[in-house]
Amino acid sequence: MSIDWRPSAEIATLRERARLIAEVRAFFAERDVLEVETPVLGHGGSTEVHLASLSAEATTPAGRERLWLQTSPEFAMKRLLAAGSGPIFQLARSFRDGEVGRRHNLEFTMLEWYRPGLGLEALIEETAALVTRVLGRGAGDKPGPLRRRRYRELFREALGIDPFTASLATLRRLAGERGGLSMDDSDRDGCLDLLMSFVIEPELGRDGLDAVVDYPASQAALARHHRDPEDGASVASRFELYLDGLELANGYDELTDAAEQRARFTEDNAARRALGLAEVAVDERLLAALESGLPAGSGVALGLDRLIQLALGKASVAEVMAFATPRC
Amino acid sequence: MANYSTNEFKGGLKVMLDGDPCSIVENELVKPGKGQAFNRVKLRNLMTGRVLEHTFKSGDSLESADVMELEMEYLYTDGDMWYFMKTDGSFEQYAVEKRALGDTEKWLKEQVPYTVTLWNDNAISVTPPNFIELEVTETDPGLKGDTAQGGSKPATLSSGAVVRVPLFINEGEVLKVDTRSGEYVSRA
Repeated sequence: MSIDWRPSAEIATLRERARLIAEVRAFFAERDVLEVETPVLGHGGSTEVHLASLSAEATTPAGRERLWLQTSPEFAMKRLLAAGSGPIFQLARSFRDGEVGRRHNLEFTMLEWYRPGLGLEALIEETAALVTRVLGRGAGDKPGPLRRRRYRELFREALGIDPFTASLATLRRLAGERGGLSMDDSDRDGCLDLLMSFVIEPELGRDGLDAVVDYPASQAALARHHRDPEDGASVASRFELYLDGLELANGYDELTDAAEQRARFTEDNAARRALGLAEVAVDERLLAALESGLPAGSGVALGLDRLIQLALGKASVAEVMAFATPRC
Repeated sequence: MANYSTNEFKGGLKVMLDGDPCSIVENELVKPGKGQAFNRVKLRNLMTGRVLEHTFKSGDSLESADVMELEMEYLYTDGDMWYFMKTDGSFEQYAVEKRALGDTEKWLKEQVPYTVTLWNDNAISVTPPNFIELEVTETDPGLKGDTAQGGSKPATLSSGAVVRVPLFINEGEVLKVDTRSGEYVSRA
């Protein structure tokens, strides 16, 4: 059998990739956002139930320790913000176990940036500006106009249900029908995730950039909550940006309350135990930084490989990476 | 039997789904950023040959299917069953039902090696070689001199298959045929 030692991207594509990354750096330099580099390994990891962290054993001055590979550079960057860095961005290698496919790679480049003092609305505009600029320097067309799409409205239009008030039985039935599998033991968010990925997502970003906003409070992760003006329901202050059916970015009005953050980590680990998943060590240094004071503001993580894939009109992320996971 | 989890699904893996053995064709991860992951999987049902799509929650598993593909020579038929023999020197014979034989029935020739798919040691499908040489048993008389171009006519082969052949082909000639497309390739 021949060994596939060759790159998964063409060399010409890697040249284009380098050019687009230079464009990203120029975008932030013009806006006085400082480029930083933070460690890939940390004593704490992401507790998110649906993200699987990789870890490594390492000998450090403290002895033999288990260190976590980051699923995004969020924790370290927030510590810099708490220490007074001001606006920062990073091109960070991130790792998510098990995520390999046309749209995923075990390790990938996350473009993440934080804007102290900036609201979520302004960050949505900035994210769209960056995406439009990179796409404009690529091979394809510039995207159409930016639209705000409320999570709740998307479900009403596509499925005729209110995702916040529909009964669990209704959600299970709909998700089961659309996915063609039994969802009888799934919770609300599991059903909503299926409907989002299988029914709604493929249609998003077809006529322009779609920013989905006002997610269910249960899907807040590290975002604040706010009240839905419609009926006062608690919704997550976050957005996701879609283009051509592809999720490109995920932004938060960042949670700054250390106690609330600790409670969410603890809930995540309890959910992990219940599902038989390994618990992940909580990042105590992040919590200490929040306690000392994180400036209010917003931040966003963007899958750079996907953006480059779209900019260059490629069919998979592997085609814009030197060596995708199957060839690493 | 072993179980395979969705993250072990890859092309060619044989698994059981709804009581039938299937071969994985494609496995696509579908995952919202921080939400639950699903796998959209294409599988070929080895009993029917049909490709179907099925969604699994990531981490779900399927039982492995005891499926083997072996090379066997066609021996004969008694009209009820078709008999094949392993080519590994064991002389072990397998009887194949008409249902498992499917379209391959029209490409059968003695002593030619076929790929027989076994499930729990029972033959469930037979695949002919990509190219096979068969004799023409019936066709209109050939047109003298017309060896270059133009027109085609049906010809019945010794296995029962009917293929389109050039006008210059005569009964009794041996032809090379592509079993995948059912098309004439050349004189053998």
